[in-house]
Amino acid sequence: MFEGIVIGLTTALSFTNIAMVLGGVLIGTFIGMLPGLGPMSIIAIMIPVAISIGDPSAALILLAGVYYGAIFGGSTSSILINAPGVASTVASSFDGYPLARKGKAGKALTVAAIASFAGGTIGAILLMVFAPMLASVALLFHSAEYFALMVVGLSAIAAFAGTGKVAKALLMTVLGLMMATVGEGALFNMPRFTMGIMDLQSGFGFITLAMAMFALPEAIYLVLDPKRSKNEAGAKIRDLRISRNEAHQIAPVIGRQSIQGFLIGVLPGAGATIASFLGYAVERNIAPKGEQEEFGKGSVKGLAAPEAANNAACTGSFVPLLTLGIPGSGTTAILLGALIALNVSPGPRLMVDQPEIFWSVIISMYIGNVALLILNLPLIPYIARILAVPRTYLIPFILFFTMMGAYIGQNNATELLILVGFGVVATILRFADYPLAPLLIGFILGSMLEDNFSRAMQLYDGIGFIFERPMTMGLLMIAAILVLLPSYRARRARLRARGVADGD
Amino acid sequence: MKIFNLTSRVMLAAVAATFSFSAPAFSSGNQVLESIHFLIPGGAGGGWDGTARGTGEALTASGLIGSASYENMSGGGGGKAIGFLIENAESQYDTLMVNSTPIVIRSLTGVFPYNFSDLTLVAGTIGDYAAMVVAKDSPINSMADLVAAYKADMSGTAIGGGSVPGGMDHLVAAMVMQAAGEDPTAVKYIPYDAGGKAMAALLSGEIKALSTGFSEAVDLANAGEVKIIGVTSDERVDAFADAKTMKEQGIDMTFVNWRGFFAAPGLPAEKLAAYQEVFAKMYDTEEWEAVRARNGWVNIYNSGEDFRTFLEDQEKVIGDLMKELGFL
Repeated sequence: MFEGIVIGLTTALSFTNIAMVLGGVLIGTFIGMLPGLGPMSIIAIMIPVAISIGDPSAALILLAGVYYGAIFGGSTSSILINAPGVASTVASSFDGYPLARKGKAGKALTVAAIASFAGGTIGAILLMVFAPMLASVALLFHSAEYFALMVVGLSAIAAFAGTGKVAKALLMTVLGLMMATVGEGALFNMPRFTMGIMDLQSGFGFITLAMAMFALPEAIYLVLDPKRSKNEAGAKIRDLRISRNEAHQIAPVIGRQSIQGFLIGVLPGAGATIASFLGYAVERNIAPKGEQEEFGKGSVKGLAAPEAANNAACTGSFVPLLTLGIPGSGTTAILLGALIALNVSPGPRLMVDQPEIFWSVIISMYIGNVALLILNLPLIPYIARILAVPRTYLIPFILFFTMMGAYIGQNNATELLILVGFGVVATILRFADYPLAPLLIGFILGSMLEDNFSRAMQLYDGIGFIFERPMTMGLLMIAAILVLLPSYRARRARLRARGVADGD
Repeated sequence: MKIFNLTSRVMLAAVAATFSFSAPAFSSGNQVLESIHFLIPGGAGGGWDGTARGTGEALTASGLIGSASYENMSGGGGGKAIGFLIENAESQYDTLMVNSTPIVIRSLTGVFPYNFSDLTLVAGTIGDYAAMVVAKDSPINSMADLVAAYKADMSGTAIGGGSVPGGMDHLVAAMVMQAAGEDPTAVKYIPYDAGGKAMAALLSGEIKALSTGFSEAVDLANAGEVKIIGVTSDERVDAFADAKTMKEQGIDMTFVNWRGFFAAPGLPAEKLAAYQEVFAKMYDTEEWEAVRARNGWVNIYNSGEDFRTFLEDQEKVIGDLMKELGFL
């Protein structure tokens, strides 16, 4: 391995390759900030450039830089205008946006940048040390386990089921799951619930729904409630400082979520979105009582968890790509296509035949992550100032990006009608105090939940897989514990409080 | 709606132009067309994507066209892109959509309101055989082993694929079993939504065999991860000559998944002639030969009316087969 690292260092530290990684992360992070353009479309745009470079190491370093740069920058629109442009940054808006609303946008962006940096760097270390071993871990999961993993992800909705809202949160989750069934799934050769409308044949677009649930109601709220847009602390908005107490809070979260996120990223059927939801769910449910109530209202922990997890998962997804040649996501599938076009066949032999490619990409990830942090931190005060823009300009700005995001994803004007329709419904639901995040979580996880469940059912001729596969059982039990733990703790605290009272 | 559509596209084009660094145009004497925009009806990394990008690469590198751009528009198993091309026909004359056998299958099942004859048929350019593959450490080494395993335990011998039930990968698996004298309707077919996930399932042992495209299988076989136990070609394919054909192993069937290009309805005749000239000239270039050999594709050139006859024949063959197998 040390030989490999030396080869990697010499390759990665060449002038061209350093320029590649810097260029890649710059393009990735800036385009990633725009809602609607996720890592997948940016990489697809960059492929001709990468191929014309000719050198596979340099090309992969560039594309990998664009990839994690886009994930790094992707959280910006979630935090500032509640418009998650990629599924993996939906969880970042749960706490990032409330923080920004409280006038702490600078702090929120800093927490996101630091968590992303740590997630990416810890991910790169794990990738370097464990990649060959993890190749077999990636293949441990069958459809049954993926199903169970999605159930664990669904437990994130517990965060929105605060006092008196349990029924509402569950209702919204079920609605989200139902919306995920619209269109043509992988398992049926006929479209479902499309009512004969061609535009619904491939289901609702994720970005359209995310914009309709989060960004559009927010903009409507800003119009309806002028006081809401007044920032109590105009100067604080640019303040980057994180207090010592907050640093203490987020450090263990980032550590745990970098490792957990990486491991989930390694699984070819999971990826950064699942990692971010799981990270959010786990951290919320193991947090002490007082901090738990902060989740969803502007907790730094709740922002650090998904940000560390999605960046680590993005690095983790290079394990199956480079060691098995299996793309786990749409983005890595494009990367695989680019590699094949450059006459590199990723797989177990890559490390032996072309070690310089394998190692230089990993080494470049360290450089890229440091560069991202250095680039982003000084810019945060300026980016955060977007929120200080008077609302007469801010609202059209949000509306423009919302519309653009929904349109670019699908190239289809019907998406705009769907966006506005659902946006109005979502606003009404918000008036009635229904949490909208569970709907989106249900929608995102729904199709994966269903596909894996029915594959497992088909393979085991029934639901026997739950009992026959210990790992499935284990994951389902973890999901149950994550949901029940907070109420158990609350009960115990209540009992103890009563006990103390009795003892008096 | 039309005007709105148009302005949005202009805006999108502006955005795309700002962010894309299009490959430098190689100016050489034999350039036929300025540019082609490839519309890919599926996600990146799939067979359609590889075909469009490979063709575009060969055409620009050889100087037959100035530049190529690509657009992935997945949805409705390709139906969305077909609808888009038909509904926005007049603004899409610079666009070529890649498609393949599924357009025939899915028109038959009635999923699409459209049929290939609603589009301008430009040319069928290549074919890709189908293949059955198993993981490298699987005890199965030949089609005979697979059929024996299938006979011994039908429900334990799951075959996976990247298409929906009744789609191409399923169809091929059923055809193979039928030709081997087994009951094709009893095949336990497990669908995956992407080739990569199906491959992961094969390597993890969830499925025993995978029905997939030959060119996709060759990449993994070269990486030493899978064994190709049967190819649906007449003779062995040079790109991976170790793989035995189905016929060699006593299973009398062949199957070619053609791929070709379609244009918007109402395409002006001179534009159509220019596209066909580009493709006809493409086969003689070294650049195309390199791309073709790398992907294990087979040159099958069918243009204009020949292409129509070919598609109508295939529609009949596949239609009969699907009825026989109970998919229709």
